[in-house]
Amino acid sequence: MPELVLQLTRAGFLALLWLFVLVALRVVRSDLYAASGLRAVLPGGGRVTARAGRSRTARQLVVTQGPLVGTRITLDARPILIGRADDSTLKLDDDYASTRHARISQQGDEWYVEDLGSTNGTYLDRAKVTAPTRVPLGAPVRIGKTVIELRS
Amino acid sequence: MAAPEISRAAGGSGSGRDAPTLPTGRTIELLLLVFSVVLVTGALVLVEANQEQELTPTLLYVGLAYLVVLMLAHLAVRRFAPYADPLILPSVGLLNGLGLVMIHRLDLADQDRAILLGQEAPDSLVFRQILWTALGLALFIGVLWSVKDHRTLARYGYTCGFAGLILLALPGLLPSSISEVNGAKLWIRIGGAGIQPGEFAKIFLIIFFAAFLVQKRDLFSTAGRRFLGMELPRARDLAPLLVAWGLSVAILVFERDLGSSLLIFGMVLVLLYAATERVSWMLIGLAFFVGGALIAYQLFGHVQVRVQVWLDPFSDYDNRGYQIAQALFGLGTGGVGGTGLGAGRPDLVPFAESDFIFSSIGEELGLIGLAAILVIYLVLITRGLRSALAVRDSFGKLLATGLAFSVALQIFVVIGGVTKLIPLTGLTLPFLSYGGSSLLANYALVALLLRISNAARAPLTRRPAAPAVPIAEAGTELVQRPVVGP
Repeated sequence: MPELVLQLTRAGFLALLWLFVLVALRVVRSDLYAASGLRAVLPGGGRVTARAGRSRTARQLVVTQGPLVGTRITLDARPILIGRADDSTLKLDDDYASTRHARISQQGDEWYVEDLGSTNGTYLDRAKVTAPTRVPLGAPVRIGKTVIELRS
Repeated sequence: MAAPEISRAAGGSGSGRDAPTLPTGRTIELLLLVFSVVLVTGALVLVEANQEQELTPTLLYVGLAYLVVLMLAHLAVRRFAPYADPLILPSVGLLNGLGLVMIHRLDLADQDRAILLGQEAPDSLVFRQILWTALGLALFIGVLWSVKDHRTLARYGYTCGFAGLILLALPGLLPSSISEVNGAKLWIRIGGAGIQPGEFAKIFLIIFFAAFLVQKRDLFSTAGRRFLGMELPRARDLAPLLVAWGLSVAILVFERDLGSSLLIFGMVLVLLYAATERVSWMLIGLAFFVGGALIAYQLFGHVQVRVQVWLDPFSDYDNRGYQIAQALFGLGTGGVGGTGLGAGRPDLVPFAESDFIFSSIGEELGLIGLAAILVIYLVLITRGLRSALAVRDSFGKLLATGLAFSVALQIFVVIGGVTKLIPLTGLTLPFLSYGGSSLLANYALVALLLRISNAARAPLTRRPAAPAVPIAEAGTELVQRPVVGP
């Protein structure tokens, strides 16, 4: 094979090989958080879109303060367990949280927060939660050092 | 709440997709598979053009067989694991294909040499490797079809452990005439074909240890004494680690196989760490490893030889250091860009198509090509570990961790050995190297990983319950204590 063709094909093959790698890495990036339901905010990655068709039901649970700030969980019919236990939906690493601290679950269109006998209590906007209480959109729920709220 | 917070929230909801509408990823998988077929066919053409100056029918057979294998694998995944990870199969496919290209390339070199020396041409290894790939595919489809849910494997934990032990011990117990090749007793050879049962034993042992650790997890994380800020496990809980250590040493003594020995010990150690999250296990394991390595070095001649060759391959260049020295020369010749496919002399290294395929690729594709291959391996392993993170049951988590990590450790051990970072141990590179057992076992391993990733990515099947909700809503008042979820 002529030298020039050899050099061109050599470089071309390596470029194609790396193109494969880059396509694969792009796929890795695109579903970085998709399967677990957890979604972290990528720095600078999000586009601001107009929230069309705004509804009254909560769609997301967002951590607004604490070590996990920025974490968001897409809500479906399942209840959200919060605590230090490994199987919690939102696993806190916080000395002020109990193993099974609180549960947020859906009743009809509304979401209710319920304290699961935690040591330091769960607070909905300053008030201590003693019985299952309805969580309005945007109301802060405080668990240890973490504050979460529901967003539509 | 401050304004920036809200805009961040809006941005997040715009870029994300909801779980129920999660794409299966099959389209991107097909795309990448087609891409890898193009790459492999192109590589075959380059090899033949550089070696023979003309295209041979082999090109057509190899290319077509490769295409058929990948498409069948893709259809099987579509049928049996529709939500499986879209990157695992293409990575595996490309690695396997590049392995075929390199083996074909070394075939051509061997044939040339045989013609020059006036001998008859040696067997074509690439056809055998294709046959093994087809068998691997059959095993892959078989595993995907028969294991509908990876959690059922946990029930067969002890059976798997027993099967793994037997497979491991078999070559060591059989007479050397059947089991010994090049000084290591890890084969069962009947007639012309041989398999290495140790490769399959690895998977069985991972299943066993994952099932065992999930069952007894609490036992291993009960607190022992605290020492230097770590919690040490109790002495009696060291039993599984001791068993793994004894197993590794037994392989070293009876089968003279450094690689499998290291692999099994490392695998158990990582599973223990993943199950208990305690660093003390790693430190204790490392201490065991160092102790075992020192004892092995003192007692066994073949270990000493390996270490000497590692420290200075050029002192015994003509004899024991020849292989690794040639491999290093090959890597050096390749440099950054490589010599081009089919334009180097990777056939000068003994066992260039199996243990030393990494240096063959390094010579012809250079550092740039090697880095690409390492990244593809990395993608494969991270996707495995990601399935482990995302899957919901503990057994699946441990199993995926073990499978992915065993691939990672094997790659490290092989490439470290070839590039003289660590002593050479004689394992094969998964999917790239020539070797039937390795290919079969690794295809089974990937089928299990795909099964777990399918479980991790599939949406929860709660849809049939949906019609019940409006009725419940209509009939009841406010429910005080909500129904406890699973």
